[in-house]
Amino acid sequence: MVTGLTVRDAVVRYTTTEGDTRRPPNRRPILSWVPPPRPKPGATRTITAVDGVSLDVGPGEIVALLGASGSGKSSLLRAIAGLEPLASGSVAWDGADLARVAVHKRNFGLMFQEPALFPNLDVGANVAYGLHALPRARRSSVAAEFLELVGLPGFARRRVTELSGGQAQRVALARSLAPRPRLMLLDEPLSALDRALRERLVEVLGEVLRATGTPAVHVTHDQDEAFALADRVAVLADGALLQVGTPAELWRQPASAAVARFLGYGTFLTDADAATLGVGRLAASGLVGLGPASLVLDAGGVRLPVRAENVRRGYVSIKVELPSGQVAEVRAPEATGLDAVGVRLDPDAVAVVRDADPTAR
Amino acid sequence: MRLRVGPALGWGAAAGVPLAFLGVFFAWPVAALVGRGLFPDGALTLEGFASVLASPRTGRVVTTTLAQAVAGTLASLALGLPAAWVLYRTRFPGRGIARAVVTIPFVLPSVVVGVAFKSLVISTGPLGFLGLDGSFAIVVAALAFFNTAVVVRTVGGLWAGLDGRPAEVAAVLGATPRRVFATVTLPALAPAIASSAALVFLFCASAYGVVMVLGGPAYGTIETEIWFLTNQLLDLTAAAALSVIQLVVVTISLVISERLQSRLTQAQRLRTGESGIPRWRWRRDGWATLVTGLVVVLVALPLGNLVVRSLRTASGWGPDHYVALVAGPSGPLSIPVGDAIGNSLRTAVLATVLALVLGVLVSLVVSRRPRSRVGRRALSVLDQVFMLPLGVSAVTVGFGFLITLNRPPLDLRSSMALVPIAQAIVALPLVLRVLLPVLRAIDPRLREAAAVLGAGPGRVLASVDLAMASRGLGLATGFAFATSLGEFGATSFLARPDAPTLPVVVFRLMGRPGWENQGTGMAAAVLLAVMTATVMALAERMRPMEATTW
Repeated sequence: MVTGLTVRDAVVRYTTTEGDTRRPPNRRPILSWVPPPRPKPGATRTITAVDGVSLDVGPGEIVALLGASGSGKSSLLRAIAGLEPLASGSVAWDGADLARVAVHKRNFGLMFQEPALFPNLDVGANVAYGLHALPRARRSSVAAEFLELVGLPGFARRRVTELSGGQAQRVALARSLAPRPRLMLLDEPLSALDRALRERLVEVLGEVLRATGTPAVHVTHDQDEAFALADRVAVLADGALLQVGTPAELWRQPASAAVARFLGYGTFLTDADAATLGVGRLAASGLVGLGPASLVLDAGGVRLPVRAENVRRGYVSIKVELPSGQVAEVRAPEATGLDAVGVRLDPDAVAVVRDADPTAR
Repeated sequence: MRLRVGPALGWGAAAGVPLAFLGVFFAWPVAALVGRGLFPDGALTLEGFASVLASPRTGRVVTTTLAQAVAGTLASLALGLPAAWVLYRTRFPGRGIARAVVTIPFVLPSVVVGVAFKSLVISTGPLGFLGLDGSFAIVVAALAFFNTAVVVRTVGGLWAGLDGRPAEVAAVLGATPRRVFATVTLPALAPAIASSAALVFLFCASAYGVVMVLGGPAYGTIETEIWFLTNQLLDLTAAAALSVIQLVVVTISLVISERLQSRLTQAQRLRTGESGIPRWRWRRDGWATLVTGLVVVLVALPLGNLVVRSLRTASGWGPDHYVALVAGPSGPLSIPVGDAIGNSLRTAVLATVLALVLGVLVSLVVSRRPRSRVGRRALSVLDQVFMLPLGVSAVTVGFGFLITLNRPPLDLRSSMALVPIAQAIVALPLVLRVLLPVLRAIDPRLREAAAVLGAGPGRVLASVDLAMASRGLGLATGFAFATSLGEFGATSFLARPDAPTLPVVVFRLMGRPGWENQGTGMAAAVLLAVMTATVMALAERMRPMEATTW
């Protein structure tokens, strides 16, 4: 018996029209009975947004879909929700295929980047929107319960236009959680918020999801957000799944240089390069990715010329030139003011990329 | 994928009902009209056309129509552009009132405007000594009175939202204010100017009520000539031929405006808020303010005079004419004005209900976003089809009804429904212009959020689409009601002699000799103006953000 969400070989395609110069309908002239110019034949093309992705989400599990914009992560999420048709492949829940189940019968929750609250309803009615199965009398008390859960008690009678961005997004969270969805779909729900609010709401989101035991698929382009929230992270690029794993696995053993680079490893060393740094042979084969904590200052280490020193929040970023000519970052508590520093490689803080892609340098 | 038949059938019906209505009450009459012109005796012959075209009278009528339209358009632009600058790009106390005054004419029925200007220039009027009654100049002045508001609102709306930074960049790069205007501001405004000019030309070329009341026998236009030929000479073939000519004129001007616009339209950033708008300064804004003052006078003078004249009786001052409205003037020429008010209101209610039901159905259908390209294409065509009545003159609609709906299979001649149906056809494009932008502005994620939360297609439609459309319903109702109250073109053909509407009564009273009749006509015109202006003022309070400027 399979439990939870199963996505198998999902493919999502869009047809777009290039060079479509038609103005959006509401900017068209008031009086017009000449139809807008027809797009040139052959100008349409099909884009494969999601290309054969398979993914499982178990009970209570939070899986992050991490990828740059255009990687197909939102399309995959919309396909799971049923908002985009699958060109091929399948989406199933507890082993039952969802292809014939309409969006409104799937009992999933969905949050967008914008709150998308119903402007004609107040906060309480927004939260109660999905509770139509409950008796009328129960709805407002359940809505109040979930508003309290997201930290907005007593907001039920407010108009949605009176809310700040963070509050509106919390209402959207309460609204999607109130019908007790069997799966929560989060489409970059925090990326429109400012950084401080985002960090606070990541915590709220994690607490609320775990408190309600709701499994979730969380689409994001922010590595910190993905690592902070998810049990497992799936990295997508160009519609394909590159790697799935726990944050720790991903960080220590990225499957490819592309994954490592996307996670924040800026510099890649070959075996030989690593050896010249005086740390000996690290791995039998593959590349060594240098992350923010991979190099440490050590007077007894290899002396490397300093290119630049920049003060950051909480540390000083020292750019040093490696023997191979690459530039890498060393983090130090304070500025050195020196022309050259001794540097040692911390073998526990590097990523070993088994898939040695020579173009990674 | 499973083919879902139910929803497709539902949407088909939602599109089919309005299409059938438009087919019977618009396409058929207009087609019959064209047929009457081309096939007067059942066979294709251009004889009727040729004789109409060859007559010197037709040449004069067409020339007058075009000359009046060109002059009216130029006058509206000359007055409207400076006024748009002063009212939308400077700040001064009382700007809100000035904007309101300039827009008043837009909501007035054409008959009222005609009567107001006539009250100014008739021999006993304050400008009677100029001898302008029935002249070309006074018709053009009335057309400018009407259409300056169109220019001000269309151009001003865009101008107020124009991103000021390109102009600032140009100035920093050393361009004089004149050069900044010519190279940055004017190109940015060009689409709005072109579209308002095209619209004004269209309104002027198909002006009917104003010309009927004001134009002397020498200044008949195509529209009034059609009325004259049908109602006075009973020459239906010639009238039909003229209608076809009018259709051609309107179509050509629409095509030209569309070409012009798509060439001029450029992507531009609009900003909101008042921050970049400077305070009024005499040196910079003086001359434009003088023009704006002229516009205000042009609006205030005829309307003020109309009110004053409606209060003047044979023996002095008093509300006698208003009393006569309700009581009915005595004498052999009396027309029951009180009944006409009742007729107008009843007709307007019916026409509004019809226009709203059709408008909601059409806008729901047209605002769908089907996945297939064929579907999108079909909707785009549908959208254009329902805008057609805006481009066809009301006179053509009225005349078309007259020759098609007067015998089986559909004999509505004696039915009270004919007038409201014609008015609903005229009002439908306006209703759509309000509802469609509101529906199209709905964030598709709202529908998606509702569906994910478990709402079926019906509930999504009710709780998202209809709930949002209802914000536009107030304005749409107002538009439809005011249009119907003031509608004169189609109604003048269709209203039964014993059941006239208020504009028809105003027109008849003004056409009769005698101080009493004219005074009562003016009082009725004031009443009509107050009724439509009130309806529009109420409706404007409910204007949703997304609705177009007019």
